[in-house]
Amino acid sequence: MLGWWYAFVGTVLPFGWAQHIFMRNALLAILLLTPLFGLLGTMVVSNRMAFFSDSLGHGAFTGIALGAIAGAAAPLGAAVVFSVAFAALITVIKNKSSASTDTVIGVFSSVAVALGLILLSFGGSYNKYSSFLVGDVLSIEPGQIIMLAAVFAGVIVMWCLVFNRVLLVSVNQSLAASRGVNTLMTEMLFTCAIAVVVTMTIQWVGLLIINSLLVLPAAAARNVSSNARRYTLLSVLISLFSGIAGLILAYYLDTSAGATIVMLSAAAFFVTFAMRRKALA
Amino acid sequence: MKEQIKCGRDGGCGGVCCTKIEHFGVVKGRTTILDDVNLHIHCGELTAVIGPNGAGKSTLLKAILGQVRHTGDIEFDSVSGEKPTIGYVPQYLDFDTSTPTSVLDLFTASVGKYPAWLGSRKSVRFKALAALRRVNGEKLIDRRLGALSGGEMQRVLLALSLEPVPNLLLLDEPVSGVDRAGLELFYRMVSQVRRDYDLTIILVSHDLEMVARFADRVVLLNGRVEMCGTPREVYSSENMKELFGSSFANMDFGDKQD
Repeated sequence: MLGWWYAFVGTVLPFGWAQHIFMRNALLAILLLTPLFGLLGTMVVSNRMAFFSDSLGHGAFTGIALGAIAGAAAPLGAAVVFSVAFAALITVIKNKSSASTDTVIGVFSSVAVALGLILLSFGGSYNKYSSFLVGDVLSIEPGQIIMLAAVFAGVIVMWCLVFNRVLLVSVNQSLAASRGVNTLMTEMLFTCAIAVVVTMTIQWVGLLIINSLLVLPAAAARNVSSNARRYTLLSVLISLFSGIAGLILAYYLDTSAGATIVMLSAAAFFVTFAMRRKALA
Repeated sequence: MKEQIKCGRDGGCGGVCCTKIEHFGVVKGRTTILDDVNLHIHCGELTAVIGPNGAGKSTLLKAILGQVRHTGDIEFDSVSGEKPTIGYVPQYLDFDTSTPTSVLDLFTASVGKYPAWLGSRKSVRFKALAALRRVNGEKLIDRRLGALSGGEMQRVLLALSLEPVPNLLLLDEPVSGVDRAGLELFYRMVSQVRRDYDLTIILVSHDLEMVARFADRVVLLNGRVEMCGTPREVYSSENMKELFGSSFANMDFGDKQD
């Protein structure tokens, strides 16, 4: 199925790390994953949803636990349904309740992660699920990469359709509403998209760092961007670069790929932060 | 005491001639913010809403926009029968000033379908420039929103709210952050577009002096409509004295006819 890709990598990347099939798989996964995170991250940061997206990871974790317990034919399907419902619920409560947003999110997030841990530790067989906490992109299989490609295509299409509305909402809710944007609907669509992406990728990235991949590249790009196009472009590039470099570095240092990628994104953030004043003069 | 501004003219204004707000009420939690607000607002007139802090002025605008749940009805007496478009200039202070969004992005995201993350079409840029020209703001097109001064931001928002030209324009003036000269320029521009486009304008204002000079009608709001009329009428009323603590009967009311 991915023969063409393996051959391609074998030809253009004659390096030690690229000789393994699992690395070629991981590289392709990174090429699909990181642009998605870079893209969605821009509006996560602009809408001040860094904490919110973190809680989506927790929701996804519980979803996967439920899926595993149910032993259904498609645990991932169950997980996606649960996290989308979770995301929608928080969005509605966030908009309807007068309680402070971070408190609402904090409460739901803790309930979700505790419930997930209880479900997974039921019967003491917790260890086999630890990959959801840390994640392992090296374990990705060709079939899963195809699925990732489908998610990738879906998000790109959605991003073309809803970006303008999400951008307006991020700038000012009332202004967006006056331009005919249904703000709750837009927010809902956006959070559900993030929930789907987070749930489908959490097993390769891990609960502990998935939010970093979402937030850091965009936060870094934001430091040196003055318009939406540059912001998006830089965020995707920083995400891609950290992803590829992190994967290779992790191979040689024998460290966790996800964590290494996060460290590189963080480095990008500090570099752009130092450049900030000059870039936005 | 519930007073109403009667809709004076029938038809003949094109678009929305008369905006009727009837029995508007807004309750947040257990607090009643607006209670039985009745207003008839003429087209081609600049109606200013004034009142003390917490009087529900901004809430009224948000209720008209449909952003805040409210009781009562709003009726646009439209000659053409089309659904009216509402332009809105929010208090610029509510903006996220660190957003990496340029003025052009704001137009791209507002007027077209082409996603702003891919950049802007030439036609949109042209349209944005034309809109900004109305407020002497062509130079601002590539500036980041956060880099604009208070006055500049207000002009950009005014330009945006006129693209396309709405039937009803709602303006929420910032409490602070715009200097005197900027404020005067803004009021002049609002006055001008009202004449140019025969617009119905509702302006929430904190500046009694500017309102006296530029507004055609004044609504004194404090949870409900305390009084409405011409600036001179409202300013010399007892209600005004009660709410603001002094009389404003001797203000400069500009060259308008009462």
